[in-house]
Amino acid sequence: MNSVTARDLPPVLIELLPEREKQIIRRGGGSAATAMACGKASTAGAVSQRACVFCGSRVVLYPVADALHLVHGPIGCAAYTWDIRGSVSSGPQLYRNSFSTDLQEMDVIYGGEKKLEAALLELIAHYHPKAAFVYSTCIVGIIGDDVSAICKRVQEKTGIPVLGVHSEGFKGTKKDGYKAACDALYKLMGTGDTSDIGPHSINILGEFNLAGEAHIIRDYYKRLGIEVVSTLTGDGRVDDIRRAHGARLNLVQCSGSMTSLAKMMERDHGIPYKRVSYFGIEDMSAALYEAAKFFSDDPTIMDRAQNLVREEVARIYPELMRYKEKLIGKKACVYVGGAFKAFSLIRILRLLGMETAVVGSQTGDQEDYQQLQEITDPGTIIVDDANPLELANFCLEKDVDLFIGGVKERPIAYKLGIGFCDHNHERKEPLAGYVGMLNFAKEVYASVASPVWQFAPRRARRAVAMPVPASANS
Amino acid sequence: MLDGTTAEIKPREALRINPAKTCQPIGAMYAALGINGCMPHSHGSQGCCAYHRSHLTRHFKEPVVATSSSFTEGASVFGGLANMTQALTNIFTIYNPKIVAIHTTCLSEVIGDDIPMMIKKAIEEKIIPEGKYVIHANTPSFIGSHVTGFANMVTGMVKYLSESSGKTEAQLKEDAQLNILPGWLDPADMREIKRIANAMGVKYVMFPDTSGVLDLPQDGRYRMFPHGGATVEQIKSSGDSIGTIALGHFTSHPAAEKLDEKCKVPAALLEMPFGLTNTDRFIHALRTHGGVDVPGSIGEERGRLLDAMGDMHQYFHGKTVALVGDPDQVIALTQFLTELDMKPAYVFTGSPGKHFEERVKEILKDQSPDAVVKQNADMFELHQLIKNKSVDLLIGNTYCKYIAHVEQIPYVRFGFPILDRMGHRYFPSVGYTGGLRLMERISDALLDHKDRTCPEERFELIQ
Repeated sequence: MNSVTARDLPPVLIELLPEREKQIIRRGGGSAATAMACGKASTAGAVSQRACVFCGSRVVLYPVADALHLVHGPIGCAAYTWDIRGSVSSGPQLYRNSFSTDLQEMDVIYGGEKKLEAALLELIAHYHPKAAFVYSTCIVGIIGDDVSAICKRVQEKTGIPVLGVHSEGFKGTKKDGYKAACDALYKLMGTGDTSDIGPHSINILGEFNLAGEAHIIRDYYKRLGIEVVSTLTGDGRVDDIRRAHGARLNLVQCSGSMTSLAKMMERDHGIPYKRVSYFGIEDMSAALYEAAKFFSDDPTIMDRAQNLVREEVARIYPELMRYKEKLIGKKACVYVGGAFKAFSLIRILRLLGMETAVVGSQTGDQEDYQQLQEITDPGTIIVDDANPLELANFCLEKDVDLFIGGVKERPIAYKLGIGFCDHNHERKEPLAGYVGMLNFAKEVYASVASPVWQFAPRRARRAVAMPVPASANS
Repeated sequence: MLDGTTAEIKPREALRINPAKTCQPIGAMYAALGINGCMPHSHGSQGCCAYHRSHLTRHFKEPVVATSSSFTEGASVFGGLANMTQALTNIFTIYNPKIVAIHTTCLSEVIGDDIPMMIKKAIEEKIIPEGKYVIHANTPSFIGSHVTGFANMVTGMVKYLSESSGKTEAQLKEDAQLNILPGWLDPADMREIKRIANAMGVKYVMFPDTSGVLDLPQDGRYRMFPHGGATVEQIKSSGDSIGTIALGHFTSHPAAEKLDEKCKVPAALLEMPFGLTNTDRFIHALRTHGGVDVPGSIGEERGRLLDAMGDMHQYFHGKTVALVGDPDQVIALTQFLTELDMKPAYVFTGSPGKHFEERVKEILKDQSPDAVVKQNADMFELHQLIKNKSVDLLIGNTYCKYIAHVEQIPYVRFGFPILDRMGHRYFPSVGYTGGLRLMERISDALLDHKDRTCPEERFELIQ
């Protein structure tokens, strides 16, 4: 029988684009950090995993559940973003519908303003939303529709806030879309009554309530005696956002998406902000202590924080250690949107005895990559805006057991015979907080230790020779 | 989430709620993936390409590659030539595909980028290496739908690649090659079309062909360009075929007509082979155009489908159906539903095209003359009609699950995209055997619903 081991298969060979070499760092043994050429628009012709400005705005605003989200443009942009984020709402479900002006050829020639105004008026009359977001897509920027003027007019007619989001796809990167979303949110702020907000109050920024994570986090802060004024934008409500400026502290997760909003709130309302993460025991606890320290005028908050951490850690620790036993020494490739999440994941994986052999992000900045070099082990490959061949190549080179990424990476990992964990929109279980840490360990274990991989060629090489699939010869 | 959907139907002019279509470029990207060694290229912003890849990945659970011209503000002002030149240079240098299939986006269409001129320039400047190909299709997102984009890319394949080599009539007759244009089908369906053609013993080229591209076995490797897909040489040779069998008015007929015009290859314009009659027509076309006899094995497959239709006909009789999806699939499936003695009540497509309404009404004129048949419609409207008068069965893509859930209607997933079930990735629905699978799924849905909801005294062991 014709047989081959995976060792005989040629590695996936790729040549790096010269421009790309500056976006990949192999961490050396020393401490000197190499500068990453990041934050650039992707090279034309590259198979990039990145999206556009509209995508950035849409993911940030999407979870505001009682708002109307109208996509102004041809149908595609609305179709591809219809209910794709697992952001849970505990109440209204309006945000999960897909609304579009579905611009046609005549609209492109004569302009889409009339259609936009009519669409807004029809929708607001029908659904009675608390506010409306109007997303500009690529061609709106080109055909010159005055979206702001229409929004203003409809706002006057209907009496609800109607906010234009300047998210034309080509006007920058996904990060610029985050900024446009923050600008729209900021217009809502400052319009609500804050008189009943107490002194120990926070906003949770950059938490999108995937699989109900914001509910877990909010509960922790409540147990500390801290009032959560608004969550931006997970399980978001327009009225909460309108009074968010009354909180005393902003806790910002997902640094890429919401830091600009936090900065505006600091500038105009004097609200300081702290960067936090809710992934993993260390980061989750630090996020609670950070708030407790800030409200040190009431020392009972810190006491409660310490108790909560003790209780929650004790609850999950024994089971967590059982997973660690199974996972110790396994290697991971982490490829995520924002670099800040990568920091948390590296720490979590370490807690589980795993090593991060490859790490990358779509939108990390210079500072993020410096920090990644500091916290990773020597030999780790660090990459900005990777393409699938690069990722596949690095995974095979480092012989990783787990890939953590999003929708486009999952089938690549599986084709290589590598376990996968979706730490993006399509996560099914909450991965934040203490319970999330345990869920994460379970999910990683279930995928890494799945019996399916023992039949995959790259694992089979450790055991027996295998027949060659016909397609391997092509 | 659908509590806002009311039974009262008001006219809507300016608005699409919960679409039953998406934009042209994704269709072009899917078609391009059916060429061997092809890199689909999206001439527009990065987001388009990312969304299309994600959407296709969710449907197929396969890696999907494509490149983008990564438009920035500069490109939107000065035109996309510089981006295209850089993109083509990079694609051929780094990924080295055999062919690049460019499609446009709303952005590059509105700024008026001239793609043929750009390709010509790239050839002159020797950016396209010897022996490599670049083809294109215009796919403005504000015209038609994803279905149009697919058709435009297949027509682009004919325009750029198909050629008559100058063989004599006698040689062509001796080669006796047929073209099969499958239209927008899943890879499993394309594989089944080929199996049937092989069983019939005809010589054929089929394009596009996404089997072996988007239904790959697990073998421990990631390939940017899998082994499947119609080769450039095969598509070129389509101009030397003695006939074309084109499946689907919307996704295949335009390319077949172009091929006839360009290379004088006569075409049999058929509907997609879903169900008994449409498969009969397909087999008949293979037999007559290919000059072959129908083998006994195919006759047996037909007999088994017919047998099952007889065995089960009492469960299908008179059942009302709401059917929504892409026009070619829906037209063919409507035909099959009438063969099963079901009553299509609402037959919808999100894509524009008058032919859809005309053809479906013609199919239904005796059996279900009161059916509401609509092109260019959306899921919201379909739901409103269902709220007014419900149906026994709902057939459509994954987005129908919301309606099925709130209205508690038995539901069969069919079409594109299917984001939450696995069967379409492996099992065909075309041909006689595919018809059996469709029947099984329809009867399972109806009978499971009955078993779940009927009173105990009506709960039957034998059905």
